[in-house]
Amino acid sequence: MTTLSTKDKQVVKAFWAKVSGQGEEIGTDAVARMLRVYPQTKTYFSHWKDRSASSPDVQKHGRTVMAGVGDAVAKIDDLKGGLLNLSELHAFTLRVDPANFKILSHNLLVVMATMLPNDFTPEVHVSMDKFLAAVALALSEKYR
Amino acid sequence: MVAWTEFERATIQDIFSKIDYDVVGPAALSRCLVVYPWTQRYFGNFGNLYNAAAIMGNPLVAKHGTTILNGLERAVKDMDNIKTTYAELSVLHSEKLHVDPDNFKLLSDCLTIVVAAQFGKAFTAEVQAAFQKFLAVVVSSLGRQYH
Repeated sequence: MTTLSTKDKQVVKAFWAKVSGQGEEIGTDAVARMLRVYPQTKTYFSHWKDRSASSPDVQKHGRTVMAGVGDAVAKIDDLKGGLLNLSELHAFTLRVDPANFKILSHNLLVVMATMLPNDFTPEVHVSMDKFLAAVALALSEKYR
Repeated sequence: MVAWTEFERATIQDIFSKIDYDVVGPAALSRCLVVYPWTQRYFGNFGNLYNAAAIMGNPLVAKHGTTILNGLERAVKDMDNIKTTYAELSVLHSEKLHVDPDNFKLLSDCLTIVVAAQFGKAFTAEVQAAFQKFLAVVVSSLGRQYH
């Protein structure tokens, strides 16, 4: 939607510094919630035998997603350029409908709220939401 | 009619028995006004909404947040008739308040996050699913009478 302001970038980097230690837990929990609360997302993972929160596939994917988000934080000044390869992956190989990026973003925010209720203030929330939307946009860049 | 499992019914009753409407309501509404600032369009006569601090300290916002939670309680008390319960409120939001129904989802997402923050780990994926299903039914019912 909008470009990230200097303040947004500062807020995201500061909050990320606080949470990146629990990155794996956040990613895994967010992916597990997404699969449970939005069952239509399971359609992308029909090749996994076990889609529960404790499944190794879910946990591995949670780690992968969080590594991607961490990468995006590092490349926050040029998301389109920085996430080019990931965009091509999502566009040509994975072909994930971009509506699902919003769903995963929502679940990342919910997990952040459960884990850091006092730090996830409305100001942090708005900057993180904008950031995740910008990441989603960068990931959709190569779709068409 | 919506089919609710025993777990879903129990979860909704449990959540609403444990939240303070005077805290959660204002927190959810003010968060919505901060995170999705275009929603402020409906609160032109609420005074100072200039920045996050102003919004979060605004007494009219707080009062309205509590009103909203009390409104939700009506659905909590009669989960099998949510559509009927909100028919009048739906007409009000459409005909008098002219609220774009997409906004209901924005507020509902903020409420989910506020409740998640309060419950922490207890807000499991199962609990989240039940809560979001409940809010989806509320949102759908509020949008029902728009034409």
